Amino acid sequence: MPKVKVPRKSTLVDMTAMCDVAFLLLTFFMLTTKFKPDDPIIVDVPSSVSEIKLPDSDIMTITITPEGKVFFGIDGKYNRERLLGRISQLYNIQFTEDEVYNFSLTGSFGVPISKLKDFLNIPRNELPDIEQPGIPIDSVSNELGVWIINGRLSNPNFRIAIKGDQDVPYPVVKKVMDTLQDKRVNKFNLITNMEVRPQIKEI
Amino acid sequence: MAQMEEKSGGKQKKGKKAHKTKKVSTRVDLTPMVDLAFLLVTFFMLTTTFSKPQTMEINMPVKDKTAKEEGQAVKESKSMTIILGGEDKIFWYMGLPENATVDVTDYSDKGIRKILLDKDREVGGLIVLIKPSKNSRYKNVVDILDEMSITEVKRYAIVDITDKDLELIKNI
Repeated sequence: MPKVKVPRKSTLVDMTAMCDVAFLLLTFFMLTTKFKPDDPIIVDVPSSVSEIKLPDSDIMTITITPEGKVFFGIDGKYNRERLLGRISQLYNIQFTEDEVYNFSLTGSFGVPISKLKDFLNIPRNELPDIEQPGIPIDSVSNELGVWIINGRLSNPNFRIAIKGDQDVPYPVVKKVMDTLQDKRVNKFNLITNMEVRPQIKEI
Repeated sequence: MAQMEEKSGGKQKKGKKAHKTKKVSTRVDLTPMVDLAFLLVTFFMLTTTFSKPQTMEINMPVKDKTAKEEGQAVKESKSMTIILGGEDKIFWYMGLPENATVDVTDYSDKGIRKILLDKDREVGGLIVLIKPSKNSRYKNVVDILDEMSITEVKRYAIVDITDKDLELIKNI
């Protein structure tokens, strides 16, 4: 048998192609990524067959926890700054630059306006450990209404979404909806999970 | 893998320009670059949120305090009242509460969905009044709105529960 000459091949691989792919993917993910806003509360939303997607931006979220606490949040750094400006005028509270900056970074919050200043002085990294009392929605001081109105004034394109936990008692939801309707918001969205639409069998 | 063939290149080349032009390979080892790129790709892949939340859109009737309700008359025979009770129960009756026979059902597909489909076929153009009671949960409301969309009942409204309705379900 003749000796088969095995040519020595270099183990070097050309990395250029791989590099190309890697950077292509990197660019894609960098452009599509949208960082999750850190929500202070985790709610388990009910599921529905509705297939409408929530738009990406211009969303005002009202979160309701199972205990019935109400949280409010709007998206967009500048929207938040404008909103705080309005609140500070309305309630005659002066906010320092740091406080405004902190507010512009806060996703959802649930503190009464009287405690807002203290809340904004808490270092942002300690925020997850802090128990927030929720925004008052009772008829004596319905601050949620104030936030909604001023939120809409700071950006008229806002859509309102209610993100409620499955186990929220209905009266709380009703109060929130009533507040919305009092502020002439008759169209709003309920955030839900996806569920497969069942087929209706003809009997 | 390291492939530093440019050792003799670099600074020397610049000094003695045209004299010693050694042919230097232009190949650079790209491995660290690929490593870095994939690290970043992984990072962005994990932080990205692809799934946008679903929403359900609801339109509530305009609540005008000055103009009293014009009392859109709902045909008695076509109206169905669904009361959402506690513990995931549903109470329902047709027509007016005065002479109603209240039935109990649940959220399963053999429960309220069948009733809705049957009644809708029976009367044609069913009008549903949804009255969530104090004990019902948010999930119940979303579920019943979902049933409306599944059974394609076009006309429905969420209405406040009345004392009469509470009276009706009290004994069940």
